Amino acid sequence: MTTQTSPSGSDPVPNRIHARPVPRPGRLVAAVAVLVLAAMAANALITNENFRWDVVWLYLRDIVVIRGVMWTLVLTFGSMAIAVVLAVALAMMRRSDNPVMRSVSWAWIWFFRGTPIYTQLIFWGLLAVLYPRLSLGIPFGPEFFSFRTDEVLTAFWLALFGLAFNESAYLAEIVRAGLTSVDPGQTEAAKALGMKDGKIMRRVILPQAMRVIVPPTGNETISMLKTTSLVVAVPLTFELTYATSAIGNRTFLPIPLLVIAALWYLLITSILMVGQHYLEQYYGRGFGTSTRRRGRGKGPAGGKQAAIAAAGTVQDDVNKDVTP
Amino acid sequence: MSAPTDAAAVPAASTDMVSVRAVHKVFGHGHDAVHVLKGVDLDVPRGSVTVILGPSGSGKSTLLRCINELEEITGGSVVVGGDLMGYRKDDKGVLHRLHPKVVAKQRSRIGMVFQRFHLFPHMTAVENIMEAPVQVRGLTKKAARQRALELIERVGLSDRTDHYPAQLSGGQQQRVAIARALAMDPELMLFDEPTSALDPELVGEVLSVMQDLARSGMTMIVVTHEIGFAREVADHVVFMDDGVIVESGPPRRVLDDPREQRTKDFLAHVL
Ligand SMILES: Nc1ncnc2c1ncn2[C@@H]1O[C@H](COP(=O)(O)OP(=O)(O)OP(=O)(O)O)[C@@H](O)[C@H]1O
Ligand SMILES: [Mg+2]
Repeated sequence: MTTQTSPSGSDPVPNRIHARPVPRPGRLVAAVAVLVLAAMAANALITNENFRWDVVWLYLRDIVVIRGVMWTLVLTFGSMAIAVVLAVALAMMRRSDNPVMRSVSWAWIWFFRGTPIYTQLIFWGLLAVLYPRLSLGIPFGPEFFSFRTDEVLTAFWLALFGLAFNESAYLAEIVRAGLTSVDPGQTEAAKALGMKDGKIMRRVILPQAMRVIVPPTGNETISMLKTTSLVVAVPLTFELTYATSAIGNRTFLPIPLLVIAALWYLLITSILMVGQHYLEQYYGRGFGTSTRRRGRGKGPAGGKQAAIAAAGTVQDDVNKDVTP
Repeated sequence: MSAPTDAAAVPAASTDMVSVRAVHKVFGHGHDAVHVLKGVDLDVPRGSVTVILGPSGSGKSTLLRCINELEEITGGSVVVGGDLMGYRKDDKGVLHRLHPKVVAKQRSRIGMVFQRFHLFPHMTAVENIMEAPVQVRGLTKKAARQRALELIERVGLSDRTDHYPAQLSGGQQQRVAIARALAMDPELMLFDEPTSALDPELVGEVLSVMQDLARSGMTMIVVTHEIGFAREVADHVVFMDDGVIVESGPPRRVLDDPREQRTKDFLAHVL
């Protein structure tokens, strides 16, 4: 069944219909309205002296700003990486047979989702005040070693782990949804082959759950990018928002520097969105070529995921969670 | 087959591959409890084929799942290849639940084939078959692949080695699933309605693989509605209803000359 018409003019449909389309004046009206509004907005942005586009241009590439961008990226990806590891562990604990594991995981998620990230970060910042020395030992018994809190746990580490702990609670729920979306028959089959629980998780469940886990995790990463601006609560004062507002205050030009921060966040988000798009395509690709032969494991990217998609052993409609 | 606990668990003279004794299975607790198996006894001699028939909900799948410990039994005992499944009996006769790792090991000697195949969708046919030998037995990839290719040939799918399950027909998927189970060199194979999810024209290819397997001397327990298969391949036919075995015996006896009314009614429906 081919649907293309041959260019030679011999139309296989002799009585092809050439009807006029339904008139859609609304589209034209909407397009004009949007154009006018966009022009007004552009005019309002460009002609308004207060934005000081010259200052924006000047400081956009300022070394302090660029450094702020770097710190923001380090915090975003660092904390997401830690959070992913924690989240997988938490999600597995949540499904474990061991009631202790289950409750620990539940309590962790309950606490970190239940309190504002800003409050948590302030708390981490106060750790050195609350506990000037930290030690490892037996409760009420001997200590093995101890250290001064503020010497080891600098603001950077506190911020990094503060963000990661909070994020892990949200990601854990995403991972859990992913694990639950895999057909229980998969576990049964693996069990019947004599595979142990750990192997079943690593070899059978997780690879299939990824398809559900990855898209909302991309979403979380974009969210994290902007959440990093809250580390001023620790206080950590290198990242983009703080860096730009500090310059703004110093030069008495807060508005152009806010614009700079916004532009940088937009740029990074755009890049992340492109990345997310490709990841989602990779993990969620439908199944078109049902009989095409693929090289063992070396087929076109997405072959495995396409196969999972086609097998229908994973459901998609798990609730997605978004950080506030 | 040589675990030290055997002697305590099994009568020494047993030649049975499987012996199920007074097995009860209750799902849930209290008011929600469902009593699914109500004292099942079943012996399956080595190298024999037992076909289990019975109406929907009679507990056929549950019985199979109890035999390979996918379900924990509530009462009675299951002995496979001389090993008490799921428990260890100490000198005083007290039962101790076995560690999941040991249970997994027990299971690895029993192959199971499911109605809905349950192949791993992210692995090709050959990878599906290699998975357990590599991950459970610790075989090298090379050796496992060698063996997988032999098995895939045995089920007649040499030209589908690198296809993903979604690229295979139901009958082909089920044959891969059989090869996957055989890759662990099981001493017992359980089949739970292996052809029920297949289009009629694909049933034959799966049954013929199973028939070859039976001929090779594999001990098999097959839940199926294929009366023709039961008649031709089975050594024993067991009819289950409402959690008990109502009638059992050689196929001709049970299928052509049933004694129990419930068996007669059931056969009248499926024939
Ligand atoms: N996990 C479970 N929890 C509660 N009840 C269950 C569970 N599994 C099975 N049952 C019940 O046990 C009964 C027997 O189920 P089983 O699947 O063994 O029947 P079956 O003989 O295999 O039927 P079918 O021919 O439809 O496959 C059914 O009434 C079913 O509802
Ligand atoms: Mg069943």
